[in-house]
Amino acid sequence: MTAPKITTRVVVPERENESPSLADDAAKIDVRNLNFYYGKTQALHNVSIEIPERIVMAFIGPSGCGKSTFLRTLNRMNDVIPGTRVDGEVLMDERDIYAPGTDVVELRRKVGMVFQKSNPFPKSIFDNVAYGLRINRLTSSKAELEQRVEQALKDAALWNEVKDRLKLSALSLSGGQQQRLCIARALAIRPEVVLMDEPASALDPVATHKIEELIVELKKEYTIVIVTHNMQQAARVSDTTAFFLLGKVIEVNPTERMFTNPDEKLTEDYITGRFG
Amino acid sequence: MTTLTALCTVTAVGVLIIILGYIALQGIGSINLRFLVESPKPVGEGGGIGNAILGTLVLLGLSSAIGLPFGIGVGVYLSEFGAGRFGSIVRFLVDTLTGIPSIVTGVFVYTIVVVPLKHFSALAGGVALALIMVPIIARTTEEMLKLVPHSLREGALALGAPQWRMTLGVVIPAAASGIATGAMLAIARISGETAPLLFTAFGSRFFSYYLDQPIASLTVQIYNYAISPYDEWHAQAWAATLVLMTLILSINIAVRLLTRKKF
Repeated sequence: MTAPKITTRVVVPERENESPSLADDAAKIDVRNLNFYYGKTQALHNVSIEIPERIVMAFIGPSGCGKSTFLRTLNRMNDVIPGTRVDGEVLMDERDIYAPGTDVVELRRKVGMVFQKSNPFPKSIFDNVAYGLRINRLTSSKAELEQRVEQALKDAALWNEVKDRLKLSALSLSGGQQQRLCIARALAIRPEVVLMDEPASALDPVATHKIEELIVELKKEYTIVIVTHNMQQAARVSDTTAFFLLGKVIEVNPTERMFTNPDEKLTEDYITGRFG
Repeated sequence: MTTLTALCTVTAVGVLIIILGYIALQGIGSINLRFLVESPKPVGEGGGIGNAILGTLVLLGLSSAIGLPFGIGVGVYLSEFGAGRFGSIVRFLVDTLTGIPSIVTGVFVYTIVVVPLKHFSALAGGVALALIMVPIIARTTEEMLKLVPHSLREGALALGAPQWRMTLGVVIPAAASGIATGAMLAIARISGETAPLLFTAFGSRFFSYYLDQPIASLTVQIYNYAISPYDEWHAQAWAATLVLMTLILSINIAVRLLTRKKF
């Protein structure tokens, strides 16, 4: 089999033995036979994926293949769209998040999300990051709140750029800074999983590079699931990649293998640009 | 095309300027401090419109106190929860309410407030004006809230905000200046209303701030003076008109300053 050209650019960070071994731990997120419908249109067909803890998993696939829809089922963001329906199981820490009686607010506190288009609130930089902390009452004093905001901004590699203007409007930041602010906002409440829906697709290369570095850094503490259109990006940041096509999962494999020696012909065709 | 639209604009603005200029010209002569603070006196003895200015402010405050919360509440309901069939029915009724002639509102409030209480009152006037405000505020609030991008709502929900917190903490503040503009327009609109007050607040020639008593207002005072046979009262009506227009203009400017976009 001829390896596609792209392999020369693949850099998969070496995983150290920092993560809990998969043998005695169940996956952080375990999706079983998930079907998803927008009205009568079925958008996801029998999707089953296991996402281990503290890795970066990338979803790739052509537009409309269901990868964003799938991402949004993981924190039940699709609930807000009228006429949608889910069946199947999404187990998070072995509990089905679609079981009746699930506290969606609690779920979303554990599963943070960063959107394709940065969406800072029309408030100050500080208030943006503090929003999640305040509504969830996660801090007991002003000092603690300030400390958590500072930490979140540091985690998102934004602190040095904004520390002198925390009271200014978040909308005064550049596009890349706004997106990192949204990441800081998501990190402030210390979620366990961070979902990223094409977080860098609207950014220039420099800002994209910063976000990618950040993702690799965040992996140490968080489980990250990222949707991307950019295959080099998937190759650069992720440990595992899942390929979606027409609402089905075609292949899930370690990223390195996926980009050098995929199991499926369809994956290879997509990665080498023969369709999509 | 440019010429035609420019002509329309110049005509419209020109008419406005002529009206404002004529009122200013006619009214300015009778305005002095005593006119602004005194209550009316018999013909030939001067007197002023102090009681009417106070009455208009009381009526505006009262109707805002009733109309703003209701109007904004309905608007939030329509925008955030009014997607279904019930929502469209409410929306249609609100639109219908906007079109009801204000004299009808006055007569309606006469039967439900004035008759049971057995006399005209500031309260009845406030209720009548509030009824006119509610649909205007409701629809502008709804439109403004709908302009708030969906991504902001999702951002708040994704952080674990329940819907009511998202609405109160993110959506309404993001639309605040638009909502305030709608409220301002509604207040400006009702401060010029005369018909709904004739059967409700009725008017008075004395200073009063009791809500259960008839109260004066600039518009009713202008109406009464304008239909009188006395030149002196005609001049006072012009002056009162100038005061009313200035009042509306100041409300507009004040709200604009207060709601200047901070972020």
